[in-house]
Amino acid sequence: MAGATQQNGDVLVTADGTPLRISLARALRRQKIRALFLVAPLFLFIVITFFVPIVDMLFRSVENSIVSEVLPKSTKLLVEWDANGNALPPEAVFAAMVEDIREGRKNRTITRVGQRLNYETPGMSSLFRSSGRKVKRIKSGPYKSALLKANKKWGDIETWKLIKQFSTNYTSGYFLAAVDAKKKPDGEIVRVDEDARIYIELFKRTLKLSIIITMMTLILGFPIAYLMAILPTRTSNLLLIFVLLPFWTSLLVRTTAWIALLQQQGVINEFLVFAGIVHTDSRPQMIHNQFGSIVAMTHILLPFMVLPLFSVMKTIPKSYVRAAVSLGAHPWLAFWKVYFPNTVPGIGAGAILVFILAIGYYITPELVGGTEGTFISNRIAYHISGSLNWGLGAALGVILLGIVIALYLLYDKIVGIDNMKLG
Amino acid sequence: MNEVGKVTWDLVDAVASDAMRLCDEGLALPINADKDLAPAPDGTPASKDFGDLLVSECFIPQIVYSTTFGYRTDKVKSKPTSVCDVFDLEKVPGKRSLEKKPINNFEWALLCDGVAPDKIYDVMGAKGGVERALKKLGTIKDQVIWWTKGAQTPQLLADGEVVMGSTYNGRLFSVIEEEKQPIGMLWDWQVFDLDGWIIPKGTKNLDAVKKFVRFATDTQRLADQAKFISYGPARKSSAPMVGKHAKLGIDMKPHMPTDPKNAKNTLLFNYEFWADHQDDFTERFEAWLAK
Repeated sequence: MAGATQQNGDVLVTADGTPLRISLARALRRQKIRALFLVAPLFLFIVITFFVPIVDMLFRSVENSIVSEVLPKSTKLLVEWDANGNALPPEAVFAAMVEDIREGRKNRTITRVGQRLNYETPGMSSLFRSSGRKVKRIKSGPYKSALLKANKKWGDIETWKLIKQFSTNYTSGYFLAAVDAKKKPDGEIVRVDEDARIYIELFKRTLKLSIIITMMTLILGFPIAYLMAILPTRTSNLLLIFVLLPFWTSLLVRTTAWIALLQQQGVINEFLVFAGIVHTDSRPQMIHNQFGSIVAMTHILLPFMVLPLFSVMKTIPKSYVRAAVSLGAHPWLAFWKVYFPNTVPGIGAGAILVFILAIGYYITPELVGGTEGTFISNRIAYHISGSLNWGLGAALGVILLGIVIALYLLYDKIVGIDNMKLG
Repeated sequence: MNEVGKVTWDLVDAVASDAMRLCDEGLALPINADKDLAPAPDGTPASKDFGDLLVSECFIPQIVYSTTFGYRTDKVKSKPTSVCDVFDLEKVPGKRSLEKKPINNFEWALLCDGVAPDKIYDVMGAKGGVERALKKLGTIKDQVIWWTKGAQTPQLLADGEVVMGSTYNGRLFSVIEEEKQPIGMLWDWQVFDLDGWIIPKGTKNLDAVKKFVRFATDTQRLADQAKFISYGPARKSSAPMVGKHAKLGIDMKPHMPTDPKNAKNTLLFNYEFWADHQDDFTERFEAWLAK
């Protein structure tokens, strides 16, 4: 492009005769590719370590190919069978089932079907495990009576209805379970028995506690951040270290420290008894309940509120408030009308950060939450690493993610996301 | 790991129920006890020496441990003698810690609600069984701290937060004998479970692993394990060889869960029953807790 340009009709061209527009685009493209190469490692890293696993995990909340994969012949035949009639499937289905179980036993996949169906109806796990062991002995038909002899549950029409219902490749079963509902074989969606409802309650509690924790960090964090912003740098740096110090301490250590402080034989209770404020037999219960979760998590998440607040407050010129006061405003009014609105981007950033961290918190509520202070993530963790019901764990995760995104959009609508400032 | 074809473990420590499931799903290698494991010093084949504890063809048992109760000897009104004292707030007032799981708690609750020991699982599996167990647990619900990690009960006992609580017997041993805390053992209706090795399918060092397992689970090695913690060796032939604690020098035999004095009333963890009912009962248990 450096060369002289000459007029060639109406098109501007460079020294070598190519039109200027094309030459410019070419140079720009080269720059773009170079930039892309620079970003590529990070981009690939995020795709491989973050995006792909999450999408894969989310996919598990609807994926249900296991039943039809392991029992291909019988589920194919069951399509024809009328589940609403009151008759057991015909002999051919039983014969196909024997064949499927035999094959599944050989490939060691049969217990996985049992495990999958056991999530829906207890007893399926042992049905498939024991049938897998006994099917070896079934040499010839009639297969119906042979299977019934192996396990009498094969004579229960509900067993077959269940297999038919869950032989589709995709299922809404996990999502329904995640909102305390289930689908009957005839397609009707009903709520589960009252004594088994748990997830909706836990979602509500998770939201409630996260909001309380966010408010608490704001109430406690705002004055600290304000103090740090108005003090001379030397003093405020010292304060900053105090804010960051717990941040550098292990999460488990901080949680356990709260147990030592708050328990009934703990430091605070001992002091209250020593000071004569409470009687030793009526020590207040401050941990293994919601109070414990709120206190410990507020403390742990406090730096995430203080730091964005501090960085925003530091940029607010002191002259603003001075100007307001010199024009006759009461200091409180000046603070409220002039200073506070300027801190909103920091409040927004801190609140979103704390809220999103709180809503997915796991280990602290597990240790100090008792029964009434646990979060939905404790159940997700249980299903991912305890019961291995990944489908349900994934469904709960999707719902949680949905709630977070919805709240984020709501925030964007009310406050505006461009207004947020992290530093 | 197996799904992506990359098995990075050669040997895995697992409890029996996990071993059974991994075996069923073909993720653990079946072993031939007599061929792969060392015979007892007197020549008894390994299959006889381990006996019933070979609960799965993939499982190589190492230790017998139990979940049982410890209590603060200095803080209880009267010394608990039966597991039903856990449910007796008059005899033993104060907080107790129980595991945040239906397993074991349901067994103890039904037992103390008058169910015969051999009928526990029939009653629990029948209609109304869970409600009955939860109702019994409900009588002490507001006095219970629920634990999820094995270290919690020993800590709660040592701090005096609870007067009694369930945990693994070896944890209680170390808090009593090593930490010298005023805690006593209540062995009544302890629930036995097994811990051992499995060999994951697809390991690249099978020969070395088998050599190690053969050595690590022979009679002397299993007996030696009891020098450090009070978990019972899984071989019959190891029992007479259990000696003294490596550091404290105390006789370990009376601390074994399998010692006849401790094992008057015991339950064995019912793998089959819980494989079917764990998911369902846990949901109901958690729903009950949340209320």
